[in-house]
Amino acid sequence: MSGVRVLVGTRKGAFVLESDGKRDRWDVTGPHFGGWEMYHLKGSPADPDRVYASQGTSWFGQLIQRSNDGGKTWEPVGNKFVYDGVPGTHLWYDGTPHPWEFARVWHLEPSLTDPDTVHAGVEDAALFRTTDGGQTWHELPGLRCHESASSWQPGAGGMCLHTIVFDPRDPNRIVIAISSAGAFRSDDAGKTWRPINRGLRSEQIPNPTAEVGHCVHRIAMHPSRPGVLFMQKHWDVMRSDDGGASWQEVSGNLPSDFGFPIDVHAHEPETIYVVPIKSDSEHYPPEGKLRVYRSRTGGNDWEALTKGLPQRDCYVNVLRDAMAVDSLDPCGVYFGTTGGQVYGSASAGDTWAPIVRDLPAVLSVEVQTLP
Amino acid sequence: MIRVVLPAHLRKLARVDREVTLDVAGPVTQRSVLDALEASYPMLCGTIRDHVTQRRRAFVRFFACEEDLSNEPPDALLPEAVTTGAEPFLVVGAMAGG
Repeated sequence: MSGVRVLVGTRKGAFVLESDGKRDRWDVTGPHFGGWEMYHLKGSPADPDRVYASQGTSWFGQLIQRSNDGGKTWEPVGNKFVYDGVPGTHLWYDGTPHPWEFARVWHLEPSLTDPDTVHAGVEDAALFRTTDGGQTWHELPGLRCHESASSWQPGAGGMCLHTIVFDPRDPNRIVIAISSAGAFRSDDAGKTWRPINRGLRSEQIPNPTAEVGHCVHRIAMHPSRPGVLFMQKHWDVMRSDDGGASWQEVSGNLPSDFGFPIDVHAHEPETIYVVPIKSDSEHYPPEGKLRVYRSRTGGNDWEALTKGLPQRDCYVNVLRDAMAVDSLDPCGVYFGTTGGQVYGSASAGDTWAPIVRDLPAVLSVEVQTLP
Repeated sequence: MIRVVLPAHLRKLARVDREVTLDVAGPVTQRSVLDALEASYPMLCGTIRDHVTQRRRAFVRFFACEEDLSNEPPDALLPEAVTTGAEPFLVVGAMAGG
C-alpha cells in the first residue's frame, strides 16, 4: 500500500510524520536538528528518498541538510550563498539604498526531474540553484538584477523569496514570489524575468496597482493546468488564467481574505484551500475558529471546513509554507500552526484530526506521496 | 596542539565531543585556529565567521584564559596558554535572554 510522509519544519527542529495510505496512524520522528530553525524541508519529486532541508539560527547562520533515505539520516551540504557580482542595493525601511545581504533560505524547490537540482529562494530576495545535490549554490542573477530591483523594499518579515513554482510542461517557465516585491515569471529558465502583478491591488503601497511592490504570500498551481495560478496575497485571494499575465480577485464569501497559504486539490484543479486570518495586524483566525476554506469552483464560492478543528479560543497562525496536499485518493490535506499542531485530513478537508499537537511553532509542512 | 571547545549546536553538527584538538601551523591566532578548524571540519564553514568577509558572526564569542577575545584583531596572537594547549580556545554562542 502506498503511504505518506509529512515533512515538518519548526522553530526548534524538524519532524517527519509517516503513515500508510489510510492516514489514520502516524509514526513521528524528531526533532531532527533540535534547537535549530527549520524554515523548509522538501523531497525530490524524482527520488522520494532525497530530501533537502533549510536549517539555521541567528547564532550560526545558514546550513543546508540533505537526506538520501527519506529523512532518517542527514548530511550537511553546501551553505555558501554568495550573490553574483556586485550585489547592488534595494530600498531599506527608511527609504535609503541598502546593500543586498544574505540572511537565510526560506524555500527549497527540488527539480521535477533531477534529484541533484534544487532552486533556493533566499532573503534578501534572490534565487539560487544547485545542480550537484546541494554541494554548491549559484545565483541566477537575472531576477535580482531586474530593472525594478533597486526599488524593492522589505516588509516586516524581511525581503524574502518564498515561493518557487515550476511549470511541468515547460522546463523554462518558473514563477516566483517575493515579499514585498510581488510575483515574477521567467520563460527562459531563470535568465530573465518580468513582473506578473497586473490586476493586483494593494492599498498598503503608494500606488495600489503598481507593477511591483505587492506583498504576495503564496502562489499555487495544479500540474495539469500550469496556466492557472492561485494566489494568497497580503489581502485578497486571486487567480490568473493566463500564467500570471493578469489576475482577478476570487475572495468571494471568505470571512477574511487575509492569509498566508493556498493550495490546490491533487485531482481537482478547481478545488483550492486557504486559511483565513483575521487581519494583517491580528494574525489569528477570525472569531477564534480555525477554519480551512475550500472552493470547488476555483474561487469566489467558499465553504468552511471545521470538523475536527478547534472552533473556539483558537488564536494560532498558519504560515505560507505550512500547507500541502498528498496525491492519494481521496486527496489528503495537511497544515501546521504556530501553536505546534499539524492537522491532517484524509478526506480532502471534510474532516480533520491532529497528527501531532505540541510541536514548536510550525514554519513549513510538505508532503510526499510514497509508492 | 591547540584545544578548541565548541558550543553544543556546532559539536553536534561536526559530530565531535566537547573539545577538539588541532595542529596549527605558524602563529597561533584566531584566524589560523579557525582556518585549521574549518579545514578539519568543513561543515563548520560559515557558522562561526562569514564565508566572504571572514568576520565573526555577531552572536558568536571567542573566550580564552577568562578573557573575551571576540573583538581582538583576527591576526593577533592568542595567549601563550592557548598556544601550549594548557588552556582551550572557546567558541561560545552569545547568551539570549527573554
